Order: sequence, then structure tokens, then C-alpha cells
Amino acid sequence: MDRDETGLAKADTVEMSGAEMVIRALKDQGVKHIFGYPGGAVLPIYDALFAEEGIVHVLCRHEQGAAHAAEGYARSTGKPGVVLVTSGPGATNVVTGLTDALMDSIPLVVITGQVATHLIGTDAFQEADTIGITRACTKHNWLVKDVDDLARTLHEAFQIATTGRPGPVVVDIPKDVQFKRGPYIGPQTVKHRTYRPKTDPDLGAIVRAIDLMANAKRPLFYTGGGIINAGPEASKLLRELVAATGFPVTSTLMGLGAFPASAPEWLGLVGMHGTYEANHAMHDCDVMICLGARFDDRVTGKIDLFSPDSKKIHLDIDPAQINKNVHVDVPIVADAAKALKEMLHFWKTQKRKVDGVALADWWTQIDHWRAKKSLSFRNSSKIIKPQYAVDRLYELTRGRDAYITTEVGQHQMWAAQRFKFEEPNRWMTSGGLGTMGYGLPAAVGVQMAHPDALVIDIAGEASVQMTMQEMSTAVQYDLPIKIFILNNEYMGMVRQWQQLLHGGRYSHSYSQALPDFVKLAEAYGGAGFRATTPDELDAKIMEMIDVKKPVLFDCRVDPNENCYPMIPSGKAHNEMILCDAEETAEVSDEGKMLV
Amino acid sequence: MSAAHKTPNIERHTIAVLVDNEAGVLARIIGLFSGRGYNIESLTVAEVDHAAHTSRVTVVTSGTPDVIEQIEAQLRRLVPVHGVTNWTTAAPGIEREMALVKVAGTGDKRAEAMRISEIFRAHIVDTTHTSFVFEITGAPDKIDNFVDLMRPLGLVDVSRTGVAAISRGPEAM
Repeated sequence: MDRDETGLAKADTVEMSGAEMVIRALKDQGVKHIFGYPGGAVLPIYDALFAEEGIVHVLCRHEQGAAHAAEGYARSTGKPGVVLVTSGPGATNVVTGLTDALMDSIPLVVITGQVATHLIGTDAFQEADTIGITRACTKHNWLVKDVDDLARTLHEAFQIATTGRPGPVVVDIPKDVQFKRGPYIGPQTVKHRTYRPKTDPDLGAIVRAIDLMANAKRPLFYTGGGIINAGPEASKLLRELVAATGFPVTSTLMGLGAFPASAPEWLGLVGMHGTYEANHAMHDCDVMICLGARFDDRVTGKIDLFSPDSKKIHLDIDPAQINKNVHVDVPIVADAAKALKEMLHFWKTQKRKVDGVALADWWTQIDHWRAKKSLSFRNSSKIIKPQYAVDRLYELTRGRDAYITTEVGQHQMWAAQRFKFEEPNRWMTSGGLGTMGYGLPAAVGVQMAHPDALVIDIAGEASVQMTMQEMSTAVQYDLPIKIFILNNEYMGMVRQWQQLLHGGRYSHSYSQALPDFVKLAEAYGGAGFRATTPDELDAKIMEMIDVKKPVLFDCRVDPNENCYPMIPSGKAHNEMILCDAEETAEVSDEGKMLV
Repeated sequence: MSAAHKTPNIERHTIAVLVDNEAGVLARIIGLFSGRGYNIESLTVAEVDHAAHTSRVTVVTSGTPDVIEQIEAQLRRLVPVHGVTNWTTAAPGIEREMALVKVAGTGDKRAEAMRISEIFRAHIVDTTHTSFVFEITGAPDKIDNFVDLMRPLGLVDVSRTGVAAISRGPEAM
């Protein structure tokens, strides 16, 4: 058979247009849903999509919404999210979503149209330097100037987005390349020239890690989004490793659900708004086993006071995370599932035992911290406390097939503290970038992937207005997402910081005008609910759950409630403030500099 | 120079990066340095293997040992990067730089400039009655010294290539 220089049989290649190649490549990659918005520079691809039945296109109302929807889709399924947008403003509007996905390691393949190759650099209509703009907010990106490179590039894009540390990629395709015809090659023939992520752990490091674990007096698992990204197997292995050792477990915001919140070893969320027990355990532990987390500043607090007496094991698939913020004693660069499997294997075959006496003392200490009940709050019979609203939402949706997304701010932290997740991929939130407006479109993406599930966006009234237009998308595709707005009329977290750090000068954090969310829901074609007192809350939540339409739920909560516990800026894990404490925590000038 | 230079454990390192010679690869490397706040003291780049389509970038940078470790790790993370070698820590390397140095003047100063250029084994590549252009190759320190000596003798312009580096012995990077 006739073969070209790549060894590929020429008979295997099919000739088609660039636009057709895009659709064919998506299908060959197993893509079922894409999120997008048409425009001049992607018209040929939309034309190829017109009669296509194998791919469902979700028309979002703004490209940022499309990107967050794809993130929600990806995070809840473990599959890549795919976005298709036009050149210029289409591309610039996805930048927030790309940065969000980069920070939180979400696999996205974003296809952008570009002006024709001969117009690039001429300031043509809707031209933007998409590759230049997105270079810093993608794992990798490509401008495809030759149709012969298109199929290979698209397959490489999927490989890079989904393997190693997942992340967003952009493939920028000029309009003339979409029209030109060229040879299509399938995914199996594509092998990248340089990209080889390391996924197998060094067994020497695994043995050093379990040595530390077996000799630990005050051990702690600190787990993160890496466990979720490594797939359900990693969560299962984590549970087995905890069962084998009896060590306590805490998690970052991104890692919630990898370990069940109902398990006795669970200490709750760690970090700035983490529990008293989780943060004190981080501070006092002698062996920290960090699995798929990255010692983010929201977790560590003041870095030079962070867990001063512990030996640290750090498992991460990204070698650049090792020793980035915190020096570690045993680095393990690997896929979390593969590394956990080896840790369990060596722990069992080498018949390792924990120091039972020391561990019992450690649990006694932890129980002492737990007795502080750091998530407690003063409830009210007159006004809905936001914590109470989240608790009721959790209780009334318990046992259902529920997925939770959030916006960013106080409501997000209350959700993370109080909603108890038992399984991975059930919790979608913007962690690293802290993107207000993430939750509503993310819920659209989650509901597309799980049409029969109960998908709830725990939202704030400020965040949700940033991407409110996606309600229209939810109505168009019959997606019964529930947008549960904790409406305190403030940008609550901004207000809280202004109270604690800026002398109560609430500079521009109050929304003097707000829409009537019930009427707004109805205007979009959804359903609206409002709860203003605690005694009507349960019935309204039940009504919300039963409605088979997109819902805006206006839950009017105490406007002055603060989110506690809290590690003030520039403080250590053992310097938390609790809800009953003096609210004028002294923060140093250095602390005020921190975000 | 930045305030970081006052900190005692700031080290200067020469790092070689072998990359696929694809569009925008230099922008990725430079963007990584500027985006993460690392220093670039010099940078050279050129294709080194036309058939294999690879280029070699040599960066001279400075930072604490932790920052240098991060720079290497972040460079390795870039998709088109084949390999990263730190000539300052990983391997004994040879560093060379070339400079073109223009000196204008007449009389004693002109004679002195020429005399010093002979000591430094610089070549004269252009001359007029009132100027020389010297070509000098050597370690960056040697070029610094040469330029400093030319300053009082009528130095008017300097163009430096930045550092190229390679390991001693038979091995490739």
C-alpha cells in the first residue's frame, strides 16, 4: 500500500473541508455536546454542524457562559468540555472561562474562528490576536494556518487537554482554512512530538512515603482536586487508604467529594474558611500527606507559619507544583490513582502498621477541637440565616441525585462548609480564579450531561447577575436548573472584609437596585420563588425541587451575616476567629496587602 | 536592577531550553518569565537542527535557588519543550558571548583602544579615521571588562548577543 512519510497508509485518509474535519474530529474524540455561539469567522463550521445529528450544540447567550457551561460539563463527567466560538469578541469573551479552567485544571477544548490567513495582522473586522491573548491562560494553543495540519492539531488538542494535569486548550482556525480541503487523519495515528506527561510514580518515593506514614504520631491527609481529576478510581483508593490507616482527612475546596463527608475520619474543609479541627490538625500534624493539592494561599494562610513541625509528602501530577510554595520532604510526581494504588499495595504487602497509641491520642486532640463546633451560628426565628438556608437545602435534597454548583463569595464558602458531599464530581465551583458568574452557566453544563439529576446553583445575588443571561439557554434546552440565591443585597464577602479590615466603610458593596428575581425568572420563561421567613423556607424549597423548569429562588437572608470560622489575612492556622469572637480581629499591615 | 539583587542568596544561572521550532514558542518562554515575575538577564535563540525542526534558547536568569527550581519546572511544563538543562548546577558548561563594540576618537585614545583590543584578542571589523568597531568573543565577564575599559576611550555603541552555552565532554544536553 502506498504510504506517506509518516507511515500512514494513504488509503486511510479521507479528503474533506477544514470545517468538516472539525466535526469529524469531535465525533472521533467521542464528543456528544458542545457549547457555543456562532459568528462570521466560524460560519463554515456551523454549516457543517447544521445537519449533524451526532453532536448536540448548546447555544449559550454569551461566550463566557459557554466556557463555564463546558467547565461544569467537564467537571461533572470527567470528559473534556468543548466550546465553539467566533473570532475577535467571541474569543476575548472566553478568556475568563479559559483562565478559570487553567487555575482549576479543567479539560476544555475551545475552538475559535479567526479571520482568513491573508487578513491576519491587518486589523480586519473581528480580528484579535487570539493566540497571543490566550497564551497565558491555556495549557497550550495553536493557530492552524494549513488545512493539512488541522486534523492532527485537533487530536493533539484533546490529548493535551485531558492528560497529565488537565487544562484548557485553544485551536484557532482561520476562515479560509475551514473552507479548504485536505486529508483527515484519525486520533489513533497522532502522537505528539514532545508532550509526555509522567504518570507512573517512583516506587522509592512511595516506600519513603509509607515509611513516614507508619511512623507518624499525628498524621493528616490533605486532599485536593487532583483526586477528582484522576477519576473515580482515585476516590475509591483514597477511601481504602484511609480505611487501612485510620488517619484523619481534610480537603481543599476543589477536592470536596473525593472523601465522604459522612465518614468519621472527615474533618471538613481546610483553609481560610475551613473548620477549626481541620486547620488545627494542619498546623499541629507531624506527617502531612498532600494528595493532588497545591498548597494554595487560601489553604496555607501565612506561609512561614504553615504546619511548622510536619514532614510533608506531596503527590501531584504536575512537577512544577513540587516545592513551589512549601518545601516538601517526599515528592511523588504521578497520577493520583496510580500512586494511591502503589501506596496501598506497599502498605499491605509490607504489613505496615500505624502507631495505634499515638493515633488514639491524636484523635482525642482532634475531638477536643471538634468540640468547638466551629460551623455553629446563631439562628433566628424571624430572619433566614444563610447558614440555615444551606442546611435546609442540604437536608431536603439529601439522598437525591444532586449536583451543586456555586458562584463566588460567602454563599460559596457556606456551601463548601455545610453541604456534605459523598461522591466525587458532584461539586462544581470556581476555586483558583474565584469567578463570580461561574455557577449558573456551570449548572447548564451539568444539567446537559445529567438530564435527570437535580442540579442546584447555590448563588449570591451579585454573582448570579454576571451571567444571568444563561437562564435563557436553560429555558431553550429544558434544563430544570435551580438557582438558589442567598440574597443579602451585598457583595457579602467584600462587605465582610470591609467590616473586618476597612473600618466598616462599605465602599460600593451594596446593590441599591436589584431585579425582582421572581419576575425575572418568569420573564425568561422559568419559575420564580421567594422565601423571606424561616418558617416558609422548607415548603418553598420542596416546591422548587418539584418544578420541572429553570428556577430562580430568591432566598432573602440576613444581610449582615459574616462567614466564619475565618483565618484572617496574614495569620496562621491556629489563629482562627470563630463566630462568637470579637469581630475586630487585628490584622497587620502586611496582612492587609493579601487578597 | 531589582531589589531582589540585594538579597544574599540570589544566584545567576544559565539555562538551555531545547524546543520545537514552532510559531510563538519564544513568546511562550518570554511570557512565562514576565508572567511569573522571573528575571531575564540575557536570552539567545536560534534554530540548531533544521531537519529535526528544533531551536535552542539560552537564558541567563537570576533568583533564589527555589525560584531557579521553579523556573526549570515551569519551562519543562511548556508543551513544545524537549528538554531543559541548567549549566550552572547540572553540568559543567562553557559560556560564550559575542559583542560588537564601537569606539570613536583620535590620537592617544584611539591608539590606546587599539592596544587594549589586542590584549583582549578582539578583531577590528570596521574602521574609519575616527572610529573602530571591535568584535570580541568570550565569557560575559570578559566582555564586561572590555566595555568598561573602552568607556573612557570613546565608547559610543555596544551590541551583545547574549550567552550561548554548551557542556564540556562528549555528551549532548
